[in-house]
Amino acid sequence: MTNPELLAILPQLAAGSAHTHALGFEFLGHEDRRVRMRVPYRRELVGDPASGVLAGGLVSTLLDHVGGMSVWLALNQFQSIATLDMRVDYMRAAAPGRDLLAEAECYQLNRTMAFVRAWAFEDDPNDPVAASQAAYIIHKPSLRDQSQGDAE
Amino acid sequence: MTKPLLDHLPYAQFLNLKTEVFGDQVTVVMPFSDHLIGNPLIPALHGGTTAALLEMAAMAKVSHLYPRLRLPRPINVSIAYLRVGRATDVYARAEIRKAGKKVAYVTAEAWQEAHDKPIATLTAHFQLDDSTGD
Repeated sequence: MTNPELLAILPQLAAGSAHTHALGFEFLGHEDRRVRMRVPYRRELVGDPASGVLAGGLVSTLLDHVGGMSVWLALNQFQSIATLDMRVDYMRAAAPGRDLLAEAECYQLNRTMAFVRAWAFEDDPNDPVAASQAAYIIHKPSLRDQSQGDAE
Repeated sequence: MTKPLLDHLPYAQFLNLKTEVFGDQVTVVMPFSDHLIGNPLIPALHGGTTAALLEMAAMAKVSHLYPRLRLPRPINVSIAYLRVGRATDVYARAEIRKAGKKVAYVTAEAWQEAHDKPIATLTAHFQLDDSTGD
């Protein structure tokens, strides 16, 4: 069962930082180990002004962030985490004018690391704009506030 | 000299990226701004901002060496996060390691206080053939 304290703060974790707020990230929901977010389409977020396609860097940011959300869901609590590395494949251009959705699943977890797959799409997760594979470091709770957020 | 590629891209402008060109060396700067913060406790930049900077720096480098391309398109990118991104300016520079007819292999580094202490690195493939894809 999902921890109600975590459930209560998921929307804040999706959109509560200055950067995610500026991008307009939204928490849409979760099911089992999958979590879903959205970034509403906006001209400012476009990478190709001629086509109106959203920027690759925005897609990477969304995949990184939704991936972190899936780690908290798998941990069933909020803990300090940091992305160790992430690989993104860009399958096709995002449809101009459309909001972008993203889903992530933390499919494996141990004491110190979490492994995540995520994908971005407009309508159908099986027709992704981009897909990612990432590893996250899980910091020990006692070190939480001193976190270096790095791999050293 | 025409304006640098990134000056035309809305998302690069959203991140306030500045391109500095000296010969074939292309450096992209992401000046610190509050709206880049992803973790207010540390405080630290959102990793996505660094990823976007690295990708844009790679695009700027490819565009500089292949001006015939309308817009360099990444096929895939891989980011390694080495250090936390502090609440200060970030610099990034890319190199093209191999360029064939269709694909270029590009690496890039992002740093803050010292070039030899990168906060993140990128490896990526870019499409050099504008005619394929959309």
